[in-house]
Amino acid sequence: MKTSRRTNWPVLLLVALGTIFILFPLYMTVTIALKNPEQMAHSAFAFPTELHWENFSRAVEMTNFFSAFQNSVMVTTSTVILTLLTNSMVAYAIARNMQRRFFKGLYFYFVSAMFIPFPIIMLPIVKLASGLHMTNLLGLIMLHTVYGLAFNVFVYVGYIRSIPVALEEAATVDGATTWGTFWRIIFPLMAPISATVGILTCLSTYNDFLLPLIIISDAEQYTLPLVQYVFQGQFNTDFNLAFASYLMALLPMIIVYLIAQKWIINGVTQGSVK
Amino acid sequence: MNKRLTTFYWMTVPAVLLFFVFLTLPALQGFYYSLTNWNGFGHQYHFVGFKNYINLFQDDNVGNAYWFTFKFAIVVTIATNILSLLIALGLNAKIRFRNFFRGIYFLPNILSVLIVGYIFNYLFSNVFTIWGQNLGITSLSTNILGSEQLAWVGVVIVAVWQGIAFNTILYLAGLQTIPTSLYEASNLDGAGKWREFWSITFPLIAPFFTINMVLAMKNSLMVFDQIVALTNGGPGRATQSISHLIYTGGFRGGEFAYQSANSVIYFIVIAIISILQLRFLQRREMDN
Repeated sequence: MKTSRRTNWPVLLLVALGTIFILFPLYMTVTIALKNPEQMAHSAFAFPTELHWENFSRAVEMTNFFSAFQNSVMVTTSTVILTLLTNSMVAYAIARNMQRRFFKGLYFYFVSAMFIPFPIIMLPIVKLASGLHMTNLLGLIMLHTVYGLAFNVFVYVGYIRSIPVALEEAATVDGATTWGTFWRIIFPLMAPISATVGILTCLSTYNDFLLPLIIISDAEQYTLPLVQYVFQGQFNTDFNLAFASYLMALLPMIIVYLIAQKWIINGVTQGSVK
Repeated sequence: MNKRLTTFYWMTVPAVLLFFVFLTLPALQGFYYSLTNWNGFGHQYHFVGFKNYINLFQDDNVGNAYWFTFKFAIVVTIATNILSLLIALGLNAKIRFRNFFRGIYFLPNILSVLIVGYIFNYLFSNVFTIWGQNLGITSLSTNILGSEQLAWVGVVIVAVWQGIAFNTILYLAGLQTIPTSLYEASNLDGAGKWREFWSITFPLIAPFFTINMVLAMKNSLMVFDQIVALTNGGPGRATQSISHLIYTGGFRGGEFAYQSANSVIYFIVIAIISILQLRFLQRREMDN
């Protein structure tokens, strides 16, 4: 037991050196966001000698940060909640009726969409969304929920089929309806897989750029990534302002990651192994 | 029992409707428009049959976008998988602070691709060039994103930097499924590290290799955010990916119908590649 606990120092050193490549761009982001142009001219890499917090207040004002932040948070949480409630329900109906042709066909109909890359439907989607007055945050939530369905049904069905039917049968004998069984028995049992689906949905929705880019045109409805794109021209060569804005957009997810790191890593792994 | 079944049907109705309206319908519409000459905003258009498809094959911009996208996707897929497997092996070794390092290596995965692109855009133009000048390396002393020959390498670097995070975690999960007793046995047999990797480690993580290859390939074939943030397709059209061409041509260039035809071809290409890859790699898994 003692030998197996010994640390492999050469490997540890290499792994530690490798993290420099990961952390360097982030270090630069933080320091540039806190410097002013004179300090940058002096040395691009050194830690800032005095901290210029006003970069952040300037960025907040210019990009209307709090509005974009609010939009991003609203879209992300709504998408996650809607996804968990609806996608799990469909998957449940499918998983328990796979012997029937209709449900089996439905399964393949949904899952085959995993092969459809988004850029392929992006042109008609814009026409459709503007026709239905969905070029707004609500439309964004709906579309995110629908586009996650293919993968989520795949993951959920696999999981539900591993839950024994006996529990539901017992509940039915006791007079519970299918709805009741789903909400009271199945939904709570799916908590681990729902965590996975929720985490993946949260990451992909919060960081998504292409869908807001083509759907949202009203400046009051910009999400955080979209704001960075729209303000590129105005940031111009004011890198301190630009990086303060980037950092503020990245920070919420980094904070979530610091708190729930273990969950997030497990969730992402589970999602792909399934 | 019948009532149960009715409920089950009802549970699927909203999803089926939404899925049909927002996925199947646009896909069909896209195909329909691809047979017309619509520019995307006018009121009139005519059917032109397969003319768009014929033109696609003679269009240098399209050929160029496919060439760039494939070159990019293949290099990114291979580089990401080699590097992340190495990192995963390192993280799986007997080292201290494993969870801490794992957390750091995974960090890029949670960051917005677009913003990471903007950050690297700055590094390429203002930081790496200073290093190049100080070290006297001419190829590094100018911004490689501005070079027609090298800009694609810049996009590859950013995609790999971010892509490694996800693949590493998956390989690490695979490595942790291998029982240590297998390594103990091979140690007793006197097998070297190299031999051990190819006869034990690699065959046992083959399923993870398959997932990583397929996902990395599919993601990099769809590259869009990095292009917008780093080069906007330039210089010239040197780094214009297929998605970027569909976006710019379809929304800004008045080529709605034409780029719809491009999308249909793009879909067929991606579907074929994904299926071939899955088949090929899964057969290898079984052979092992």
